[in-house]
Amino acid sequence: MEHDINKIREVISRSPADPSSLITVLQDIQREFHYLPCEALKETAKALYVPLSKVFSASTFYNAFSLTPRGENIIRVCQGTACHIRGADQLLEQLEIGLKIKAGQTTPDMKYTIEIVNCVGACAMAPVMIVNNKYHANVRCDRAMRLVKRG
Amino acid sequence: MRVDSVEKLDRLRDDYRKAIDTQKKRIAVCLGPGCLAMGSDVILKEFKKVLADKKIKDVTVESVKKTGCHGFCARGPLVVIEPEGIFYTRVKKNHVADIVEKTLINGEIISKLLYIDPQSKKQITDYREIPFYSHQQRISLRNVGQIDPDSIGDYISSGGYSAMAKALTSMTSQEVIDEVTKSGLRGRGGAGFPTGRKWETCAGVESDTRYVICNGDEGDPGAFMDRCIMEGDPHSVLEGMIICAHAIGSRQGYIYVREEYPLAVINLQTAIDAAREYGFLGENILGTGLNFDIKISRGGGAFVCGESSALMKSVAGEVGEPRAKYIRSVVKGLRDQPTVLNNVESFATVPVILNKGGEWFASVGTKKSTGTKAFSLAGKINNTGLIEVPMGVTLREIIYDIGDGIPKGRKFKAVQTGGPSGGCLPEDKLDLPVDFDTLTEAGSMMGSGGMVIMDDRTCMVEVARYFLEFLVFESCGKCVPCREGLYQLYRLCTKICEGEATEDDLESMERLSKTIQIGSLCGLGQSGPNPFISTVKYFRDEYLAHIRDKKCPGGVCRKLITYRINDKCTGCLACLDVCPVDAITGKKKEIHVINTEICDRCGACYAVCTFDAIDIE
Repeated sequence: MEHDINKIREVISRSPADPSSLITVLQDIQREFHYLPCEALKETAKALYVPLSKVFSASTFYNAFSLTPRGENIIRVCQGTACHIRGADQLLEQLEIGLKIKAGQTTPDMKYTIEIVNCVGACAMAPVMIVNNKYHANVRCDRAMRLVKRG
Repeated sequence: MRVDSVEKLDRLRDDYRKAIDTQKKRIAVCLGPGCLAMGSDVILKEFKKVLADKKIKDVTVESVKKTGCHGFCARGPLVVIEPEGIFYTRVKKNHVADIVEKTLINGEIISKLLYIDPQSKKQITDYREIPFYSHQQRISLRNVGQIDPDSIGDYISSGGYSAMAKALTSMTSQEVIDEVTKSGLRGRGGAGFPTGRKWETCAGVESDTRYVICNGDEGDPGAFMDRCIMEGDPHSVLEGMIICAHAIGSRQGYIYVREEYPLAVINLQTAIDAAREYGFLGENILGTGLNFDIKISRGGGAFVCGESSALMKSVAGEVGEPRAKYIRSVVKGLRDQPTVLNNVESFATVPVILNKGGEWFASVGTKKSTGTKAFSLAGKINNTGLIEVPMGVTLREIIYDIGDGIPKGRKFKAVQTGGPSGGCLPEDKLDLPVDFDTLTEAGSMMGSGGMVIMDDRTCMVEVARYFLEFLVFESCGKCVPCREGLYQLYRLCTKICEGEATEDDLESMERLSKTIQIGSLCGLGQSGPNPFISTVKYFRDEYLAHIRDKKCPGGVCRKLITYRINDKCTGCLACLDVCPVDAITGKKKEIHVINTEICDRCGACYAVCTFDAIDIE
């Protein structure tokens, strides 16, 4: 996938050109493009005076970063302890069957990505699913797909 | 507007207090994580809309405000009407017009929205009388759920920034440290290190630069106290950090917030901006010559970054790998400078200690674990939510008096404390007092304060497997015993869940656990086998049932159970619709049948059945 190099540079230039900005810059790129494009990693390395290997190391270390493009709609299923105890597995399974992808994957039409997160801190409302930053509480597994389609 | 003296701050507080007429009705809508997930933002908007349309004398759009988490998440969305403390639960958008009409205009109580005490079956109007609240004592959560987190005025009028003023103008650094030491405050992040001693050591190290870091990387699944404080009362964290800066002589602070808490970042940033505008952060704070500023550092979604040395690397823009503990971060922390790192709750507690005195704080709680502790209650418990109790209360009081026991009359099996590094405690440990040392002795730990309650439909072997899977995923990979050992532990545990293990495997797991404990650098690795060790200690029978009898007593492990439909089935078709493999057959109003050959035991039918018609064998 091609990306506007000027846009990438603009995103990188929002933070001071210093190695300590690495995580912040990667977060900004991730937010802008929903993943870390290869060109962006190279640009980051150049701009922050960090070896490309270190940029790659940070990109693969933190869960917040993805090296593959993600879908338009991000569905995050909480896998925290409370959600696990209250049926997060069944919830995830219904989504995987409904969208015909596994957690971490994106539908071929680039519409949906399922992600799992280790606790979003809404444990009292377990199990929790977040569709594009909207929290859904006490999601029974049979309602999961309906909530996703509604957006 | 800059506040450059204590007198000006006091005047400002008086002005704010005068502006709030305590006799008039005020409406507080909870926008904590739980209520928000249930749509409380819509309710807040609706209140503003209805009040703007109605034009009632004394109750205006300004009378309604948002607050942070009120605590009683199980009953959300919550709306509290002051000064009476009328507590409306499970409020929906279409109730709003009614509340305005009946309660705000006519002064009537809407009884269907009140909380009904399950014991006495009585309706309770004032939230302070509900057992969930009446057993609590709130210090670190004092403002959470009471004030609007975006309003510095709300914080100041509730006494905010007065401890900072006191510390900066009338106490030396040493006096502040002495007061904190006297209070006996121990780090609320889990390890329980005495905060006063930490500050004292850091202040004593020769250096030009010192850092204050607030650890808001609340990674333990099942814990959300810090989230609620950062979102609901961000100024208390800032005030605690400013006091710490004065005590150790620091010019720069950082708050490390985990990636999963975007609202905490927004609310903290709003608070920091307001504090800068008022001159509580920046140059020459309150005209005392103290220069201190705070930056937010967002995490990247790595559990290990909650560990202090890994967190400091992450703040510096590197990969968050921990380092050996013999170099202490109070001596060589962030960028190799002396650093004090405390948890959110610890910082939020500090202003109260300075205002009320270390001795007062030490009089609450137990001798070695002073004060109160915030806990989040989650899992199979009626009253899920956020609570704060004095140290030393028993687990039974928390689970039964405040938490109202286990839903659907099921039997209590275990309580998990301390997150993945903690452990599971069984029924006979319920009368233990909750404090740092007792929980550690019992084989669990206080941790940051997440409590997940489990009932008899939970499989303890599967819980251990779940935590091990989590830890395998989150291990940073630096130490081999943690990286490889936890993976082997996870594999063997899975083998038990699948009914393929032998008793030799159990022995191997116990041996391996010891190796991992000894051979890992950081707390994550050293405590990694804890979920296994504590479950095998207290629930060995369950492990043996999986191994010898190939049975899962909790009815969870897929390969060892069968689902059957009993005669309570009404033929509602709900399970038929949800079954992913079409293993269920039957007609409307006729008892359905599960074909156990096709059934892959996903449990979806069990989850959707509202008639208790599905048995697990």
